[in-house]
Amino acid sequence: MNFLVLVKQVPDTEKVKIDPNTGTLVREGLDITMNPLDAHALELAVSLKEKFGGSVTVLSMGPMNTVDVLRNAIALGADRAILLSDVALAGSDTWATSLALARTIQKLSIQYDLLICGEKSIDGETGQVGIELATLLNLPAISYVSELIEIGRDFVLVRRSVEDAHEIWKAPLPVCLCVLKSVAEPRLPTLSGKKKAMDAKIEIYNVKDIKIDPEEVGLKGSPTRVVKVFNTKVSRNCTIYEDKDVPEGINRLAELIRRTLAGEPV
Amino acid sequence: MIVVLNNRVDRNSFELLSKARKLADKAFMKLVFLLISNSKKNIEELVRFGPDVVILALHERFERFSLDPFLSTSKKILEKYSPSIVLAPATTFGRTLMPALAASFRTGLTADCTELDVDEKGNLLQTRPAIGGNVMATIVTPFHRPQMATVRPGVFEIEEQKKRNTIFVEEPVENPEDRCQLVRVEPKQAGAKLEEAKIIVSVGKGLRKKENVELAFRLASLVKGAVGASRAVVDARWLSHDHQVGLSGKTVKPKIYIAAGISGAVQHLAGMQTSEIVVAINKDRHAPIFRVADIGIVADASWALSELIRRLERDDDGSRR
Repeated sequence: MNFLVLVKQVPDTEKVKIDPNTGTLVREGLDITMNPLDAHALELAVSLKEKFGGSVTVLSMGPMNTVDVLRNAIALGADRAILLSDVALAGSDTWATSLALARTIQKLSIQYDLLICGEKSIDGETGQVGIELATLLNLPAISYVSELIEIGRDFVLVRRSVEDAHEIWKAPLPVCLCVLKSVAEPRLPTLSGKKKAMDAKIEIYNVKDIKIDPEEVGLKGSPTRVVKVFNTKVSRNCTIYEDKDVPEGINRLAELIRRTLAGEPV
Repeated sequence: MIVVLNNRVDRNSFELLSKARKLADKAFMKLVFLLISNSKKNIEELVRFGPDVVILALHERFERFSLDPFLSTSKKILEKYSPSIVLAPATTFGRTLMPALAASFRTGLTADCTELDVDEKGNLLQTRPAIGGNVMATIVTPFHRPQMATVRPGVFEIEEQKKRNTIFVEEPVENPEDRCQLVRVEPKQAGAKLEEAKIIVSVGKGLRKKENVELAFRLASLVKGAVGASRAVVDARWLSHDHQVGLSGKTVKPKIYIAAGISGAVQHLAGMQTSEIVVAINKDRHAPIFRVADIGIVADASWALSELIRRLERDDDGSRR
C-alpha cells in the first residue's frame, strides 16, 4: 500500500508576533514548521504503512528551506521526500499550486493508493489545494474525513464529518482524502528517525525538470490577484470596570442583558 | 450573471442571495439561484430574496453531498449558462464542490470571503482574512471566468426584496455517476446554534478548568443564548468544534457577545468583531480583547460569570413575585 502526503511549510504561528502599531505580521526571525494539520495526515499514512506495509512519500512545493520540513517528515516515518522548488512558482495561488503538484505527481509517476491532505494550512487557510489537485488528477475525493475505519485492497471506508451528520463512505482506491485532525495524533520523532532524516536524500526538482511551463504557474499562471491588503479596524471604545468598580460592571451587563431580552434598545 | 449555488434552501442561501442581489443590481447582472438537491423543500421562499431565475437540478442522488455527481451536474449547468460570478457558502458543501469546479474551469477561487463588491468592470472584489486573520486581503480574478468565491456563513444580513417575477427552470439530470458510495448516515446532535443566538457567552482558557464551562451553559440557558469558545478551549477538548468562534470556527454577530476568559487572539477576533456589543471579562487588564470590547470587566472570568448568573436569577425571582 502506497501513501502520498502533501505537506506545506508554514511560519511557526506559536511565535508569530503582531506589530502593535501597524497590526501587521512581524516576519523577522520567523521559524518555519510543518503545517500542523499536515502532521495529522502524515501520521495517518505512517501508521497505516506500519500496519499494512508499503511506503510513504511526502510531497511539497515551496522555497528551498522546505527541505527542513521534509527532513522532519522523514524523521516522523516518511520514506521518500520530494520538493518542487523554483522561483517561477512564487506567488502561485491554489489553482497554480494544484497544477504544479499534479504535473509533478504525473511526471515522476509517483505511485499511491491514498493521497492524503490536511484539511487546510494554518497560513493560507483556504483548504482548496487537496480538492483542486484531486480534480486535476481525476481522482475521487472525500473531504472532512474524521476517521479512517477500514482499508482493503481496493477500497477504503471512512467517516466524514459534516454540519449535521457523520457519514460513512466507501471509496475506491486510489482516492484523495482531505482529513481532519482527529484521524491520527502525530508522534514525536525518535532519535533513530532523526538520524535517518539527517542522511536522507531529499529529491528536489524545478519547473524544467517537471516540464512545467513557467507561464502556467507562479503569479503569472494564477487566476487570482491580491489587489489590496489592509488592517482590520478592530478598536472599540471600551469602558473598563476594575477593582472596586467590578460589581458595577456586572450590574451594567445584567441590565444590558435584561433589556436585550425584553427587546428594548440598548 | 451571478449564480448562487447550494444544495439546500437555507439561511446560507438567503444570506448569499441578499448580498448577490445588491451586486447584481450594481453590475447590471442577472441573479440566478442554482439548487442541486433531492427536494424542492422551501423553494417558494427563495422569491423573497430576489433571484431573477431559480434553476433546479433535482435527483435522488443529491440527498447528501458527494463530489462526483454534484461536480458533473453543476459543471454541465454552469457551462450552459456561463455565469460571470459563482458564489457558494463556505460550508463543507461549498468548500468541497467549489475547488473542484474552479479546477475544472481553470479559474480562481477565493475561500471564506467576508466581504464582496463589484467594480465598474464587473470584477468581483473578494475580501477575506489573510495571514492567520492578521490582515484583510482583497482578491480579484481579472482574466478568468467564472469568478468564484465561497462566503462565510453569518457575515451577510438576510434582506427581503420586493417581489419580482422569478422564473423557475428545471434542468434535467441524467443519472449522475459516483465513484464513492454512501454507506450510512449518523445524525449529529443539534449544534451550538451560534449563528442565530442573540446573546453568546464565549469561553476561553481563562475559565481555568473544564468544569467551569458549565457556568457558561447555565448563563446561556438563562439568557436563551448560545455558548461559544476560543480555539484553545476546543483544542483542550473542553468543548466541541461546533462551538468555536473565529477564523477556523464560526463567524457570529449577536446583539451581545460576552468573551469570558478569552485573551483575544486575532483569529478569534476575526469571528466576533461583527457583534453589536462586546463585553470582555478577563483578569489581565492588558489582554487584547479589551481593545475590541465596549464593556470591559477586569476580573476572574469564572467568578464574574457566577456573579452574573446570581444577579440574573435574582431578577428572575423578582419578576415572578
